[in-house]
Amino acid sequence: MLDLDALTQDKKPQGMAQEEVCIKVHNLNLFYGDQQALYGIDMHIPRQKVTAYIGPSGCGKSTLLRCINRMNDLVDNVRIDGTILLDDENIYAKSVNVAALRRRVGMVFQKPNPFPKSIYENVAYGLRIQGINDRRTLDETVEEALRGAALWDEVKDRLHDNALGMSGGQQQRLVIARAIAIEPEVLLLDEPASALDPISTLKIEELINELKEKYTIVIVTHNMQQAARVSDYTAFMYMGKLIEFDNTSHLFTNPSKKQTEDYITGRYG
Amino acid sequence: MIKQWFKSGSPWIWLNAAAVSTCLILVVGLLALIAFRGALHFWPSDVAEFIYMEDGRKQTVIGEIVDTSATTALMARASGHKMSDDNDLLVQHLIKIGNRDLTGMDFRWILDRNIQSRQYPDDILVLERREWGNFYGYPVALKQEGQVIADGPQVFSVVSERLRDALSVYKQIQRLEKKEIGAVNYGLERLRLKQRRLELNAQWDEQAERKLSAERDEYEQQYRDYQAELQSLYKTINRDSLVMKAADGREIDMPLAKLVRIYRPNTMSVWAKTGHYFEKIAEFLLDDPREANTEGGIFPAIFGTVMMVIIMSVIVTPLGVIAAIYMREYAKQGFTTRLIRIAVNNLAGVPSIVYGVFGLGFFVYILGGNIDQLFFPEAAPAPVFGTPGLLWASITLALLTLPVVIVSTEEGLSRIPKSIREGSLALGATKAETLWRTVLPMASPAMMTGLILAVARAAGEVAPLMLVGVVKLAPSLPLDGNFPFLHLDRKFMHLGFHIYDVGFQSPNVEAARPLVYATSLLLVVVIVGLNLSAVAIRNHLREKYRALEG
Repeated sequence: MLDLDALTQDKKPQGMAQEEVCIKVHNLNLFYGDQQALYGIDMHIPRQKVTAYIGPSGCGKSTLLRCINRMNDLVDNVRIDGTILLDDENIYAKSVNVAALRRRVGMVFQKPNPFPKSIYENVAYGLRIQGINDRRTLDETVEEALRGAALWDEVKDRLHDNALGMSGGQQQRLVIARAIAIEPEVLLLDEPASALDPISTLKIEELINELKEKYTIVIVTHNMQQAARVSDYTAFMYMGKLIEFDNTSHLFTNPSKKQTEDYITGRYG
Repeated sequence: MIKQWFKSGSPWIWLNAAAVSTCLILVVGLLALIAFRGALHFWPSDVAEFIYMEDGRKQTVIGEIVDTSATTALMARASGHKMSDDNDLLVQHLIKIGNRDLTGMDFRWILDRNIQSRQYPDDILVLERREWGNFYGYPVALKQEGQVIADGPQVFSVVSERLRDALSVYKQIQRLEKKEIGAVNYGLERLRLKQRRLELNAQWDEQAERKLSAERDEYEQQYRDYQAELQSLYKTINRDSLVMKAADGREIDMPLAKLVRIYRPNTMSVWAKTGHYFEKIAEFLLDDPREANTEGGIFPAIFGTVMMVIIMSVIVTPLGVIAAIYMREYAKQGFTTRLIRIAVNNLAGVPSIVYGVFGLGFFVYILGGNIDQLFFPEAAPAPVFGTPGLLWASITLALLTLPVVIVSTEEGLSRIPKSIREGSLALGATKAETLWRTVLPMASPAMMTGLILAVARAAGEVAPLMLVGVVKLAPSLPLDGNFPFLHLDRKFMHLGFHIYDVGFQSPNVEAARPLVYATSLLLVVVIVGLNLSAVAIRNHLREKYRALEG
């Protein structure tokens, strides 16, 4: 194992010392063809906290997020070097089963993407993939997941209706329920509220607050207020580089880098 | 002003509307013409008796007016008719006179001006016969074993009754000959092949010989029983005959065994005619053809068409879908895939007869020939699969329609949003699981679209089929009660080919013409029916998976 702690002293935010580290990103470079999208990212993501990535469009925050569950593997011509350790295991090692990794690292996308199936089947999808078809187990897990995503009371009477008939905010919570139904360790949220109205956004944010008790959450957001509201730690990225990573309140009140300050005060972005 | 009108774009809108209307009118006109000409054929028209002058001699003509044409005097003179100066139109009627066995032809043209009188006598009787077409004439007497048992006005009612019995006997004979004796022959043939196989494998010994000859004796006993039954039935059916007087006064004896239907059109009410009409349509749909396909039904052709399309669908759908999945989801997109895609698209443009030639050369002779050598050596020199048949026709058409299925499936796959695939993958599904559980169900409407197009194309195709399995008259259906029930090696009949055969290869053009329309109508109906059911399935699937927006 690499001695990451020694290498990444300066990337460790304040207050991080007492946190348990869940994911360690070390010297991660990513290229789309000839174009480099991420430059030497080093960071530690704490367990059962909310870590937010902020930064202007195209700065690589989504790309970095998608590295954590190897979603970038699907893109043609992508090349990644460096390591990401999840519980001290390199997820880019050859022996890693990508499907199994994705069961541990769930993901919610920018636009709600429920399958064209019933609400019930959407939530049960991940379980069925694992070969769980026992009715009782499924029923229990679906209920639990929907409760976990604060959706149960709204949909309990129409579990077998098509999920596409729900509102956008409900769909996004359904997608979260779908993700937590398979009990991952980490939940990656890629701008989960950007396509939603303010009330739905508020619900999602409340949900994130509840979920962090069980899951390590990494969230990408465009919205700095949102990052300030929901996250414990915030990373500011710019042009594929991690500029600053710190305790959220510290980063927003007292940024140590000029670029960060310019961004959060709205001078560009 | 005009310039402004052009600028406003409305002339183009008018142009588009006109083009659409023209197309619609053409399509509707086509269907209407086919429907009208085809549907009219079954209506029992009145039969007239004409007193007709020809070359100064008086003669009687009995028949139905099928067609009337008017020619201008100029044209008529040019084609050799004598026309007086005050006549400016030459009116001719095409009369179906039937009685082909007496007159040699069953249609003739007569000149309207030479008709001296026209009557519709009530007692004119039309006989539909199994051979020689219709007979028109007056009933004279009914004979039983040569003795007159009825004459004069009661003949019709007695004959109607006796004919009903004769028809039911005929049905029994048909069943015996086709089904029972057919099964015996089939069994005997299988025994012969079995013996041959044993001989070829050098396993032919006394024990086998005894066993086989015992089975053969059993079949032959059965055959003798059926034969005896058949003979008595034949005796019954040949007992009665009807004496008819033709238009020229000749009397002829008509065994009831040869008749299908008798009716007196001039006494029938509209209701009776309607009943007759639907009876004829049912016969057309459900019966076997008679008289070189110009009479009777076309059931074997309908059955063959549908059967072939179904087998073709069963072959082409999995092949096309799997090929499309590989190309779209697994193959590396690059020069080679592009080349393959172009090749597939171009396959759709290859003339269908080329597929026929390929099917005959490759499937029938090479594949079929090898199958025969490997699996049916006992049948040699008679081919089993080494000859055109249902299987090869279906495979050839599957090849022909493959591009359509591949292209539309690929289209469907490419329309599934990336977010859905990612959603599935993010839940720990592998690529194959994602495909199977999410992408393919969502792409199924597109696959159905491909299948619909394939079915529409295949059902109407004729040219390649003539080379790989369709025949003018197939002795038995590809599906019957003899093991293994579905006989993929058999030749079959097809509506498209039937139209060509009846319309252009028939010795009796006038008789066949309405059947061409009727069969065309039916072919259109069958294709529309196949398509509608596929469309219904597709719409159902679409409703189920309508996630594609957004």
